[in-house]
Amino acid sequence: MKGKWSYVLLVPGLTIIVVFLIMPLIYTIFPTLLGGEGVTFQEYIKFFKDEYYMQIFMRTLKIALITALITIIFGLPVSYFISRANKKFRGILIACTVFPLLTNSVVRSFAWMTILGKNGIINKVLMGLNIISEPYKLLYTEFAIVVGTVYLFLPLMIVSLVGVMENIEYDLLEAAESLGANRIVAFFKVIFPLSVPGLIVGTVLVFTGALTAYTTPQLLGGNSNMVLSTLVYQKAMTLGDWTSASVVATIMIFTTLTIIGVINRLASKLNERGV
Amino acid sequence: MRHNKWLLAFVILVYMFLFAPMVIIVITSFGPDNYIAFPPRGFSMKWFVNIFNSEMFIRTFSISIQVAVIATLFALILGVPAAYALSRFDFKGKSIIKNLFFSPVIVPGIVFGFALFNFIIIKMRLPIYTSLLIGHTVVIIPYIIRVISSSLDNFDYSIEEAAVSLGASKIKTFFIVVFPNITSSVIAAFMLAFINSFNNVPVSIFLTGPGVSTLPIQMMSYVEYYFDPTVSALSVLLMLMTIGIMFVVERTLGLSYFSK
Repeated sequence: MKGKWSYVLLVPGLTIIVVFLIMPLIYTIFPTLLGGEGVTFQEYIKFFKDEYYMQIFMRTLKIALITALITIIFGLPVSYFISRANKKFRGILIACTVFPLLTNSVVRSFAWMTILGKNGIINKVLMGLNIISEPYKLLYTEFAIVVGTVYLFLPLMIVSLVGVMENIEYDLLEAAESLGANRIVAFFKVIFPLSVPGLIVGTVLVFTGALTAYTTPQLLGGNSNMVLSTLVYQKAMTLGDWTSASVVATIMIFTTLTIIGVINRLASKLNERGV
Repeated sequence: MRHNKWLLAFVILVYMFLFAPMVIIVITSFGPDNYIAFPPRGFSMKWFVNIFNSEMFIRTFSISIQVAVIATLFALILGVPAAYALSRFDFKGKSIIKNLFFSPVIVPGIVFGFALFNFIIIKMRLPIYTSLLIGHTVVIIPYIIRVISSSLDNFDYSIEEAAVSLGASKIKTFFIVVFPNITSSVIAAFMLAFINSFNNVPVSIFLTGPGVSTLPIQMMSYVEYYFDPTVSALSVLLMLMTIGIMFVVERTLGLSYFSK
């Protein structure tokens, strides 16, 4: 009885996911593995041997890695501050963090276009102060993508960290301090290790998000700074080369899964050591 | 708590980083010039007027709203029963099924968009609008399941058993006993799914075509050709919408949900 009921309730949703997510993915991935006879990795070997594609692949990884690191560095102190603030203030800070998170990524990237552009605010200010005489190229660079991506994902990191830090007993910190540790030592010996689970979740979300983001690299990177997601779009819709688009899409899926796997493996190692 | 000046200064700087760009957009949206200037040389509402006179923004805005509402309703119809089953019953393969329901979050949006384009537009020849609806429904199912499940996990099922033992049918019990207890999380789930559908770019970009486009996609192609404060003005309106949604979520689920 119970089993039967649960299947009746689950089947409609599962059907939609299988028919419109899993099947399209298989339909897209499968042909890239088929050569003249049997399974082949030809297309993938070609991709990784091509210097241009390798450059795009490495750029994507680099941007995701830098983004993850910066959001950790920015996110840790801010989350710590939020989790220790009094209830009312904490609510305001969380609202301030959630607001960008719920704002469209086009809006958020557009904001950086107006700041980093040739006639953008930064160039105007620097030229006004006579620090530079020619506008400096900030937009359509890797730097712009990193800034935009950090901006996009920092709220996600903060929110993930606050969730864990809120549950850390403040007494632990006081105990550490009464035993002679200063604030910073206490943070790294007590708060930080207990925050690792939130850090893992945040890092997975930010890293994979930055790896697969489309809007920001498209608007802030321009055509000379392609990443994997803009490459998929260009191959498919601009060039009509669906095989190459499928290959890049497959590489994106496997890279994402590998990174999730590696971060989780590292996390369980850390847990074993009791950090 | 003892005040730590350095920490406070750092936190202020980070929030300035988060808010300055949006404040700048708001300010530039009132500029009178045909290009984006900061600080603006005057005050004008003409870019806001411009939006309402622009047929393409009005059309894509209404498509975005339609798609987000319909897709969210579909996702609720599919997701609420699934969330209920996942929370209420124990059965074989439960963790696999759970993972399947969350898989739309793990698959990169751009990959999912392309796969859908490949499979349902090219192969199955479904119309673009239908495909857009399907894509958005799949993308937001995880949000529905997550919000509804966390609310159902706190529900005391003995109340439900009492109703059944008193003779109510399973379905009647659900609507009379269970559903009223999760209404607020259904509203919150609706708002979160709606905003996620409305904001979606990577999936939509493959599922738009002649006559069918969403607002974010239209905005993206607009900024490729023009760089006037129209998009700033649109951004301001979208920020107001975000504030409205945050308000509803705060009233129902509570914004602290985001840090759970």
